[in-house]
Parts: sequence; C-alpha cells; structure tokens
Amino acid sequence: MIGILGKKLGMTQIFTGDGKMIPVTVIEAGPCSVIQIKTLDKDGYEAVKVGFEEIRKEIKVNKPMAGVFKKSGVKPHRILKEFPMGDLKVGDIVTVERFNKGDNVSVIGISKGKGFQGVIKRHHFAGGPASHGSMFYRAPGSIGASSFPSRVWKNQGLPGHMGSERVTAKNLTIVEVKPDQNVLLIKGAVPGASGTYVEIRKKD
Amino acid sequence: MNMISAIEQGYMKEMPAFNVGDTVRVFVKVVEGDKERLQPFEGVVIARRGSGTRETFMVRKVSFGVGVERIFLLYSPNVDRIETIKKGSVRKAKLYYLRGKKGKAAKIKEKEREAITNNQ
Repeated sequence: MIGILGKKLGMTQIFTGDGKMIPVTVIEAGPCSVIQIKTLDKDGYEAVKVGFEEIRKEIKVNKPMAGVFKKSGVKPHRILKEFPMGDLKVGDIVTVERFNKGDNVSVIGISKGKGFQGVIKRHHFAGGPASHGSMFYRAPGSIGASSFPSRVWKNQGLPGHMGSERVTAKNLTIVEVKPDQNVLLIKGAVPGASGTYVEIRKKD
Repeated sequence: MNMISAIEQGYMKEMPAFNVGDTVRVFVKVVEGDKERLQPFEGVVIARRGSGTRETFMVRKVSFGVGVERIFLLYSPNVDRIETIKKGSVRKAKLYYLRGKKGKAAKIKEKEREAITNNQ
C-alpha cells in the first residue's frame, strides 16, 4: 500500500481534451517525512509512521512530541499517521510522485459536522405527509413492538449527532498529478470541509 | 484558493468579452460519426454565472415559435468561438423576463455609440 497525507483545498472543474468536463477535488498532498518504522519484532506489526506539514515554531511542539522528532532526526510535523508501507527508512520523503494518473485511491477524511439531526436527515426516514390533515411530519414514529421484545432493537435509527466522523471514499480516480506543486486532482468529492486533513491510500 | 485558481488558469482560454443582453453566435463542436463540424447557435445572452473554469452563460432564441435556451460552459473545448453580433442595452443581470414576452416586447434595445468589435 502507498499512503500519503494531504490537505483538501477545495473543488473545481477541468476539461479533458475531447471536451468532457470533470469535477475534481484539489488536494495538497505531501511531502511526508518518515518518522518511525514499526517492525514486527519490536512493535508487533509493520507500519511506517509519516508526518505532514512541518511545524516551524519550536514552541508549538510539546515536550513528549519533541522527543519523538529528536530521536528520529526529522523536523517536527503537525499530523502523524501510520501506513502499512514497505521499503522506506527514517528520514525518507513520500511525495505525490508515488501516485500516477488513472490510479484508483481511497480518500479518508473527517466529514462535515451536521450537529444534532432528526431521523429524516440522519437515517433517511420517509417522514409523514405535509398536508391533508396530517399531523405527523418529521417524527420517528414507532420504534418497535410492545410486550415482545419489551425493549428497543439494536440499530434502531433515532435522532442524534451526525457528521464529524471518519469517512472513507473508495475507488476515486486520480485525474492529474502535479509533482512540482505537490498537488493531486481527484475526480469527484472527498469527505470533509476544505482545509481539513485527509489520508490518501492506494493499493499496490 | 490560490492553488485552485492557478489550476483553473491552465484550462482557461482567451474569450471575447460579451455581456448579458448581447446577441451572440456560439459555434459548438458537434461530432457526427467520425466527422466533426461546427454548429452555430444564435441568440440573446440572458444570464452569466460562475467564475473561473466554472463560468457558464445561457443563450435564448426563438426557433419556429418555440423558445430554446442553451447553457454553455464558457471555457469548454466544445465551444469553438463566440461572435458578438449586437450589443444590447439592459438594466438587469438576468433576463429571465424575456421568457414571458413575445414579439416586440421581447426586443432588447441596442447599445448606442459603442462600436461592435467582432473578435473571433
């Protein structure tokens, strides 16, 4: 697997040579520095820890994290994530050049927060009729039977907090790679608001 | 947003300036079989919206008594060129009121003084 960290910049649209319009998300991805290699012997699993977005001000790094970066000899980074990647050593840099045009990738982000939402928005319930004497509009309605089972079944959709959760968008196509600007153009939308951090993963 | 406008810049081409109210002729690339030809669409620009590569404009014409409106992507490679035929003098940004008008009422006053430059 190849993984890289990035920042969603926003969406736009571009044109192909034959006149087709493609909606794309612009992601500033990498360069990510390898901070630690986790091995089977020492950590029980294999992974590569990479960091994204260098922290320039020393005061912004707390003491425990400063120790981690001092040990690896890599400058402090804001976002750290692990990916099961091979063939890397501490200090290496992962850039967008590892991705090619036409690759299918998964993009993982934190979705936009929607706050406390009802069942229609949150679970796609149908709701009631708006008129003709209806007095049942957006309420959840019955949430189960009575004496059996005498409780509410698991996974019964109810109102509650929606969004702000980790979402994976799978099988998105890379439309363009711009190595000199560290930018990936990915077809379609990706989870999260503009300016938030995303993970991009590609299977080998 | 700078990065996005820089990317959009690469897909934008020089387009003639035209405004809402102008009468334009849009040459659209049409593929028939394996042949490609240009099909003109002539009418009044009744709306422009969006910015960057996302900019679109709407052209309205009355064809055999039936109103026809088409929305074009301004920077689409399928739009070969745009010719401005008449400059219109209008006071609104969106001329949707033309939809309910017929004949003389649907006429747009032509802009005076300003010379028409046909850049293609």
